[in-house]
Amino acid sequence: MKFGIMISEGPYTHQATDTAYQFVKAALAKGHQIHRVFFYHDGVNNATRLTEPPQDDRNIVNRWSKLAEEHGIDLVVCVAAALRRGILEENLAKGFRISGLGQLVESGIQADRLVVFGD
Amino acid sequence: MTESTGGIEVEEETAGRVKKFMFVNRKAPYGTIYALEGLEVVLISAAFDQDVSLAFVDDGVYELVKGQATKGIDVKNFSPTYRALEGYDIEKLYVDAESLKARGLTEENLIVPVEVLSNEEMADLMAAQDVVISF
Repeated sequence: MKFGIMISEGPYTHQATDTAYQFVKAALAKGHQIHRVFFYHDGVNNATRLTEPPQDDRNIVNRWSKLAEEHGIDLVVCVAAALRRGILEENLAKGFRISGLGQLVESGIQADRLVVFGD
Repeated sequence: MTESTGGIEVEEETAGRVKKFMFVNRKAPYGTIYALEGLEVVLISAAFDQDVSLAFVDDGVYELVKGQATKGIDVKNFSPTYRALEGYDIEKLYVDAESLKARGLTEENLIVPVEVLSNEEMADLMAAQDVVISF
């Protein structure tokens, strides 16, 4: 099955992005495809390369970057939501790209299921 | 690939495919950004010629209440945008009856014409969708 993913919450404050990450990993392990991961609302904060969590904690941003690199996953950050929150090309982590909301709607059309992770 | 500002250019794989999209609005219009940014997705979806409907449940029913006065909190009153949806051919607005009643509201308090549904009818409608995005 081809999944589209939407993440509506930022890292660390909220579990949404952790759960989405575990879901994506499990789906890939079962042989499913991930059409796209779309970051919206405070979810765009998952895309900043400026986070520095403590050594003994998971690095949420790098974890997404690594997964994107290993599996060629399209990580898309909403431009309007990103600009509001100071997420710009220059502080974008590896593997993420900034694009429009149309990418979310498109994912809904092209994926078999769109799964929303949020509050 | 679609263009970066809104993705209005529609990919070949997407063109001609019509799915049933439902946007579920659950939050009050102010206090958090979900309602406002949710409405932005609804407007973009109109460019893709999909079968779009909106559901208003829980505090989401407040998004449609008449006479929103936001000057005191220095936030833009975006409720007139709901009236503009008709111009985008987005005319299917459903409101949960229990959510209205629990907040002392009736259809007369709302800024746009809606269809009021029972829990059961709303559930059936959601089950009939291809894509459900909640805000």
